[in-house]
Amino acid sequence: MPSGMSAKLTVVVVEEDRDRAIGIIDALTANGDCDVHVIGHASGLARKIAAHSPDIVLIDIDNPTRDMMEELTLASGPLDRPVAMFVSGAAGGLAQAAVEAGVSAYVVDGLSPKRLKPVMDTAIARFGMVRQMRNELAETRRALEERKVIDRAKGLLMKARGIDEDAAYALLRKSAMDNGRRVADVAEALVTASGLLG
Amino acid sequence: MKTVNLPVAYMPLVDAAPLIMAQEMGFAEAEGIALDLIAAPSWSSVRDMLAFGRVDAAHMLSPVPVAMAMGLGGVTTALSAVSVLSVNGNVIGVGKGLEAKLRAIGHGFDFADPVAAAKALDRVRDGPLTFGVPFPFSMHVELLRYWSAGTALGAKGIEIRTVPPPLMASALAAGDVDAFCVGEPWGSVSVEQGVGALLLPGQSIWQFAPEKVLAVRRDWADTEPDLVARLMRAVFRAGRWLSRPESRSAAGEVLSRRLYLDVPSELIDRALSGNLILSARGELRPVERFVEFFHGAATFPWRSQAKWIATRLAAEHGQDISGRLDLISHVFRADLHRRHLAMTSNDLPGASEKVEGSIRHDTPVASAQGNLSLLPDRFFDGRIFDLTDEF
Repeated sequence: MPSGMSAKLTVVVVEEDRDRAIGIIDALTANGDCDVHVIGHASGLARKIAAHSPDIVLIDIDNPTRDMMEELTLASGPLDRPVAMFVSGAAGGLAQAAVEAGVSAYVVDGLSPKRLKPVMDTAIARFGMVRQMRNELAETRRALEERKVIDRAKGLLMKARGIDEDAAYALLRKSAMDNGRRVADVAEALVTASGLLG
Repeated sequence: MKTVNLPVAYMPLVDAAPLIMAQEMGFAEAEGIALDLIAAPSWSSVRDMLAFGRVDAAHMLSPVPVAMAMGLGGVTTALSAVSVLSVNGNVIGVGKGLEAKLRAIGHGFDFADPVAAAKALDRVRDGPLTFGVPFPFSMHVELLRYWSAGTALGAKGIEIRTVPPPLMASALAAGDVDAFCVGEPWGSVSVEQGVGALLLPGQSIWQFAPEKVLAVRRDWADTEPDLVARLMRAVFRAGRWLSRPESRSAAGEVLSRRLYLDVPSELIDRALSGNLILSARGELRPVERFVEFFHGAATFPWRSQAKWIATRLAAEHGQDISGRLDLISHVFRADLHRRHLAMTSNDLPGASEKVEGSIRHDTPVASAQGNLSLLPDRFFDGRIFDLTDEF
């Protein structure tokens, strides 16, 4: 049944990570105007969602189970109320912001933008924060990996050519510049090649 | 010429090969472009990234641009399918429970006869039969529905659920689905993990089914005709390269990298070579043209293919598109394909439509240079998609 103007909005969040889910619930309930339910496991997703009869479903854009959600957008789907994927809606800038923050929202048709916006603003801020942390983590991890490969390549060069560490690094850097490649890429090629040569 | 970077989204599947190899083998570079390939976690993500401008082109399920043109699903940005990336390449498989029951009644797993397979499945079923597919708008759904409607499965029907292919094995184990239709390598992965057995290749239902397309936003195709042309040529040449048997091992090695599919090249080679292994017992079944990237004008986006898809979707979703069918079919850009590939020394069909299902043997057709043969496109039931009929 559609929510009346006075009723609380029912929001379902699909999220496996318990800590993240709690963070999202806290942020949304701080708004005071919604009941938030979390679904953690993908098995039978559409059926579980239908059981809550939500006004809004929020799901991480990178979650592969998102494709299961698409069934909700079909007239023959398990919700008896038509569901639109919010990002296509007329809400313009809000949609773009949601995609960039990494959240996709499925919204029951006819939900007024006035009621949708505060929930989406909160969700966008929350998901955006998580995405940023995840990107930073991935960036740090990659930098560490690259450091390790460069160190190994330096070691190989030092042994093979009897040079010191600074000279080895200079050699890597020069080769990278000459070939228009990154130092890390040259180092990786060297490590791979030396693995092949035994 | 300054290199232009093009962000392109794809799903990690064997049939993303024309995009991946266009970049890896230098076909893109030769056109002055660099494909920034972005692996997506889901088909909805691929669609959203393309629709909202995060990428300029995408590897896409052939029914998606058609469904969007019909207003089905959440997003309705106008897209253009400028090339077909691959023809065929799906498998239908069953979980362990069904496999055991089918073997018990003597089903031979010939991997060829969809009528016999349906009859056997209908005999062993003891309730609803649920198939997992990757996406609600997909050739997988259309092949399953066409097959079940025309066989012994039709009386009780089948149920179709969306399950992301990487989760198909656990969905089979949990009993969420009994069977599946997926693109490679996911069928072979389920065989390797010992959770499923392959029953039929997609082409046993439709011999020449457009599987994935190269999709762009229609307005981007209008405003960047030169970039679209360069992208199409690079991808077309990659498909031609892939069609050569001697390219197979190199392609398998590249696709298997962690950056791309991250599965052993031996599994990828099964699809590329058409030598499928059906079950843990190791039965090998060779399939001719299991996935086709080039021959028989495979890349040509026939409007009649779009019409077949649209007609099927309309029936399933209760839409009347009788006055709009022609307009919808123009999302398959036969016009752009002919215009932009004219200079690749490739022979292109003169027509933009064919009578789907009518070609029974390799058939020479009118083409720009007169050297083109089309490949058989038979439906398993022998019907012909003629719009004057009710199909």
